[in-house]
Amino acid sequence: MTDMLTPVLTANWGTDRSWTLEAYEAQGGYAALAKALKMKQDDVITAVKDSGLRGRGGAGFPTGLKWSFIPQDNPKPKYLVVNADESEPGTCKDIPLMMASPHTLVEGVIISSYAIRANHAFIYVRGEVLHVVRRLQAAVREAYAAGHLGKNIHGSGYDLDLVIHAGAGAYICGEETALLDSLEGRRGQPRLRPPFPAVAGLYASPTVINNVESIASVPSIIDKGADWFASMGTEKSKGYVIYSLSGHVKKPGQYEAPLGITLRELISLGGGMRQGHELKFWTPGGSSTPLLTAEHLDMPLDYEAVGAAGSMLGTRALQIFDETTCVVRAVLRWTEFYKHESCGKCTPCREGTWWLAQVLTRLEKGQGTEEDLDVLLDQCENILGRAFCALGDGATSPISSSIQHFRDEYLAHLTHGGCPFDPMTSTVFAQEGALA
Amino acid sequence: MAIDDKTYDELREIAARYPQGRSGLLPMLHLVQSVEGKVTPEGIQVCAEILDISPAEVSGVATFYTMYKRRPVGDYHVGVCTNTLCAVMGGDLIFERLKEHLEVGNDETTPDGKVSLEHIECNAACDYAPVMMVNWEFMDNQTPESAVRLVDDLRAGNEVHSTRGPRLCTWREAERVLAGFPDDLADEGPSAGKASLAGVEIARTMGWTAPAGEASAPTGSTADTKVGAAEQADTARAESETKAEAGQAEEGKS
Amino acid sequence: MTTTPEKTDLVTVTIDGIQVTVPKDTLVIRAAEQVGVQIPRFCDHPLLAPVGACRQCLVEIPDAGNGRGMPKPQASCTIPVAEGMVVNTQITSAVADKAQQGQMEFLLINHPLDCPVCDKGGECPLQNQAMSNGRGESRFSATGGVKRTFPKPINISAQILLDRERCIVCQRCTRFASEIAGDPFIALVERGAQQQIGIAPDAPFLSYFSGNTIQICPVGALTSADYRFRSRPFDLVSTPSVAEHDACGSAIRVDHRRGKVMRRLAGNDPEVNEEWITDKDRFAFLYARQADRLTHPLVRDIDKADGSRGELRPASWPEAFAVAARGLAAARHGTEGGGSGVGVLTGGRLIAEDAYAYSKFARVVLGTNDIDFRARPHSEEEAAFLAAEVVLRMPVTYTDLEQASTVVLAGFEPEDEAGSVFLRLRKATAHHGTRVVALAPYTSRGLKKLDGRLVPTSAGAERDALLALADDAETGLDATSVILVGERLATVPGALTAAADLARTTGARLAWIPRRAGDRGALETGCLPNLLPGGRPVSDAAARVDAATAWGVASVPDRAGRDADGIIAAVAAGELSGLVVGGVEIDDLPDPAAAREALAAAQFVVSLELRETEVTRAADVVFPVAPVTDKAGMFVTWEGRPRTFDAVFANPGSLPDLRILAGIAEESGTSLGFRTVDEARRQMNEVGPWDGDRAPATPEPKIKQRRLARNKFWLASWKQMLDNGVMLHGDSALLATARPAVARVPQATYDVLAGATHVTLTGDRGAITLPVEPADLPDDTVWVPANNSGDGVLADLASPGSAVTVKAVKA
Repeated sequence: MTDMLTPVLTANWGTDRSWTLEAYEAQGGYAALAKALKMKQDDVITAVKDSGLRGRGGAGFPTGLKWSFIPQDNPKPKYLVVNADESEPGTCKDIPLMMASPHTLVEGVIISSYAIRANHAFIYVRGEVLHVVRRLQAAVREAYAAGHLGKNIHGSGYDLDLVIHAGAGAYICGEETALLDSLEGRRGQPRLRPPFPAVAGLYASPTVINNVESIASVPSIIDKGADWFASMGTEKSKGYVIYSLSGHVKKPGQYEAPLGITLRELISLGGGMRQGHELKFWTPGGSSTPLLTAEHLDMPLDYEAVGAAGSMLGTRALQIFDETTCVVRAVLRWTEFYKHESCGKCTPCREGTWWLAQVLTRLEKGQGTEEDLDVLLDQCENILGRAFCALGDGATSPISSSIQHFRDEYLAHLTHGGCPFDPMTSTVFAQEGALA
Repeated sequence: MAIDDKTYDELREIAARYPQGRSGLLPMLHLVQSVEGKVTPEGIQVCAEILDISPAEVSGVATFYTMYKRRPVGDYHVGVCTNTLCAVMGGDLIFERLKEHLEVGNDETTPDGKVSLEHIECNAACDYAPVMMVNWEFMDNQTPESAVRLVDDLRAGNEVHSTRGPRLCTWREAERVLAGFPDDLADEGPSAGKASLAGVEIARTMGWTAPAGEASAPTGSTADTKVGAAEQADTARAESETKAEAGQAEEGKS
Repeated sequence: MTTTPEKTDLVTVTIDGIQVTVPKDTLVIRAAEQVGVQIPRFCDHPLLAPVGACRQCLVEIPDAGNGRGMPKPQASCTIPVAEGMVVNTQITSAVADKAQQGQMEFLLINHPLDCPVCDKGGECPLQNQAMSNGRGESRFSATGGVKRTFPKPINISAQILLDRERCIVCQRCTRFASEIAGDPFIALVERGAQQQIGIAPDAPFLSYFSGNTIQICPVGALTSADYRFRSRPFDLVSTPSVAEHDACGSAIRVDHRRGKVMRRLAGNDPEVNEEWITDKDRFAFLYARQADRLTHPLVRDIDKADGSRGELRPASWPEAFAVAARGLAAARHGTEGGGSGVGVLTGGRLIAEDAYAYSKFARVVLGTNDIDFRARPHSEEEAAFLAAEVVLRMPVTYTDLEQASTVVLAGFEPEDEAGSVFLRLRKATAHHGTRVVALAPYTSRGLKKLDGRLVPTSAGAERDALLALADDAETGLDATSVILVGERLATVPGALTAAADLARTTGARLAWIPRRAGDRGALETGCLPNLLPGGRPVSDAAARVDAATAWGVASVPDRAGRDADGIIAAVAAGELSGLVVGGVEIDDLPDPAAAREALAAAQFVVSLELRETEVTRAADVVFPVAPVTDKAGMFVTWEGRPRTFDAVFANPGSLPDLRILAGIAEESGTSLGFRTVDEARRQMNEVGPWDGDRAPATPEPKIKQRRLARNKFWLASWKQMLDNGVMLHGDSALLATARPAVARVPQATYDVLAGATHVTLTGDRGAITLPVEPADLPDDTVWVPANNSGDGVLADLASPGSAVTVKAVKA
């Protein structure tokens, strides 16, 4: 039986100067690289395929399979792009990873690039995390100096250049084709597919785009074996992942565990809910994944079970809200977020989020009518699956799911003539005050 | 202020980092901000000239991303996360308190030019809610009172440290780092904050670890024998294609 | 040249239950059109790359052709057909219908309700589709929605205004600007609900093709300064026509109301201009409405006693015919001690039927071959070249340009001189891998947009550059290549001959592209001293007999005539005594001063003109002619393609040149055999093309070695599309978008100017001062636009190809 928590990526986060090459190598870092460089590239791909690793950025697409889509007979250069634009509300795993152990990612980048025969790799990191950018820059500098990057890496004949690229503030750039446009110096708006990035991605060349956590998992797979990785997790959701617990729990934070742990277990690890409060609603994988309730506490947090419950595992961004939280206020705020971050390309997302926010604002003030709820749901129906990319879909998730679970609370705003909640009671300092 | 030869050279240097120069545009605009204090028409013109694209195209990019400012911000650009989780945990009250205290509105700068205020979206630190950012450095676990102390210290010129990072530099210095010209602060600050280590600490206490790995020999091609994996891959591919055909961006949203 | 698709290139799909077979790669939205199903759309445009942005064209695809359905509605503008695919549109699918209704509702929530004052009202795709596919009541206002507002229209150029409230950000305009015109000076700016079309600060949307964005805008967001609030589409009558501003033959649609042209739009001709026209073709039509428009014939009284010339006075048509006939007869036969004979200068703007009338009039009434349509620098070599290599031939079409492997440009700047050719070359280079090689003095903006290679060629060095191309492996000309030569090559001795030789030795096809709409028609109808109509060489006795027979006259003049230079020199020298002048500007002629002398020296001048000019003021008889709107006619494109059009207005008082020439002929006792365009065209067809031997290629003329004096530069120049030309008069908004007059000098010279902002160029005809810019010119060459300052370089400075000095002007 596997332990409840299985720190792999997080294991070294607490060590002294963990971000340095010295500290990373002291605990076996870059051994996987040495091993990988002795393997055939296709064998590296096979290992990642066999491990069952699925994309950790939200969609859960098998990573090794993605790599195998790169047409190796295409004469164009191949590229690896790491999606480090962590911006999905609630998601906060990649940023601490890159802050504490940037070399885990860099080593993963080198092995992954080697596997897909890329000689150029990019880490597209959101610009709003300055210190993370610094640590990545420093790690790349150290890796070049140590011969892990550059020409003829450790005599293998393999060359790789890695560029740290800071974004400039746009949630949509987490969408992989928008990220590519952004990395090409354009507005980050999603591209029409096909062609898919594996065929025509960056500079219209074959490109693999992977999330930070996916790439960071690669060294461990190479080092300890696909079977080792696959021994963790559930039948179709294999391996370990980072669960990010935030909100009204006693000990929010990062919990690395095999896929399939339950929220009840995680909350318990997190010291339970705030004193005297109970779980009201939560997101399994960020705000774009439909809200769940206490009903789902014992559901295994893997791709299949969460999907079966009508939501998505997403980025395992578990935002926990207790009964002091007004769901209408929460949903309005998310809706404003989607409106702010809509790239503007397609009609339903651009105009729909503009309208949704207005209807919700009115409802939150207790000024709407019950019919507004039906209009909201109908708008969501006209956005979901009609928008150009998943951002529009995501915008509908909190609305549809909250009306499904908390219709009465919406109506309470109308009968109450405004929000019946005191916003102070949900704050951390309210709790402190209560305890004091 | 005008863009001098040194900046010209550095802008060209940024473009040269990439297989195609235009990829440098985002960092180039960060550098323009570092030099000019905002994205200026001159900066747009210079970037267009260096990359051989039209000023309208640069303008389109400069106005798409929220980190690019068209009005000067303060030496210290203060962001308060008011996305749902932080807002609920106190971000809204912090933001209100700061507006009142600084007597500025959203996206405005104090008359002394020291501090500008902006409500920001999720900055990937939800386990430290409510979160503030100063020049894109983390200021974790804030309260209205700590926030007021923070901005007062900034205006008074006291040395302030990020809760998970170094002493704060100015916004312009920060923009220079984002343009890819590192400063010497990477080694300051801790590896991780308390919340980041929550799981690791428990695992250490409980003696939990990942299974012992057998540092195995290089794996050969075993895919053929793994019928289950192949089936899963096939299904996933079909599913992916169907999704992709649906024009959806299912990949890599984070 | 469409070929029948192979069977394997066809795909059969089922749309709304109807099977249809279409070429593979056809988009579903267009396949649906084949079965008569119009799927509503906004961002989709058949000539632009698909974006799938507006989401209006969603359809249901229950079977993608692989037996599996697509789980969500699909944008039919981005999905290519697949064998066996099943598509259900709004007609048969409730899901598709609801999806479309939903998008329409979203599009309308922020759209203003100003249709009654909107230029697009009545011809607006959004309005139309809202009526057919939208809902009657707004749920947006029912839920308390507040519309997004922007300050009302902003100028994105002097000509084009943007109303951001109306914009649905379909990106048709920005896609046109970057994909088609190559002028990405408008772009999406801002983000999300604030996303809008914008320009950079101080960088307006200056493009020769900008007006197309107005036409393809599916709402009223883009309007022109000229047409704003001028009329309602349902008050307009539309007449298809052909643009008169260049040799491209672009199809246009003239929209008019009560005898007045209100606007012009691009027509749709896939073989010629596709759906695009230049801004000049679109906006420049006010020239015919200027105050100096001639309205009635004028004759000049001659004092019987002393022969002194009086003032021009209005006259009746019969009187003017009579005076002209009399005067021309006298001039033809000459005066004692004076010259005899009349020369004919027709200019290049005539419809082919008018040109034919001049050609016949010269031969039959005036008994001369002294006729030339070339109101610009020209040469004998050119006339021979046109007779030997160009007339009657159609070796290259627009479509051929797309299929060419390499296109060589010599003495030809497509963006300025033939806009539709430029756009087709852009399409060729962008989509078909065509390479463009330009023998030009510097890398023009147009050449850059064609991603072309510059063979730096000083003004006058084109012959040498062409000779060098013959064995240039990099260019590698062969039968798949095309050589396009412009009219400017005429001024370089040996260049046209070299181009013809190059075509012969490499197998490349050769086409000549003149600047003006009537040039090619004038060539075909024999407005040249060495050619009779239908390409009949004057030098060929059989051809002369053939023409004489067709015309029912005893003979046609057998001596080669004088060209325009020769005519002008002969009139000035008193060898010729009369002139018949069509639409010719003195300052366009090779030597304006010499032309003025000739005009003064001429005994008798008949002028046929639209508006008052230097020629009409000097003439003895002036006939007002019909503008193109008032007559049917035909332009022959540079390709050699005849393009006929009908009159826009029936204006009985407005006579085409041919009717006037017929009137003079009749007064002279000769009938031309036609009085109307139709009759003239019929006669032209009867005369038909010459089927005998072509004029032989002439040997290369003697080439004089050119020597450049110290501190001098060769002068290179061409006319920019928007300049001081008379046909641009009256449109200030359009002219404000013209490229500025600047002198371009080699970088080395620019560096020596030490910061001077202007230079003075001095040539043998004068000096001009212009702002200066560096360019990748050969060290011995400077460039100025031919007609964007003063009276133009021919009058004010020097003839292109001659030497000038350059001096810095301190600010």
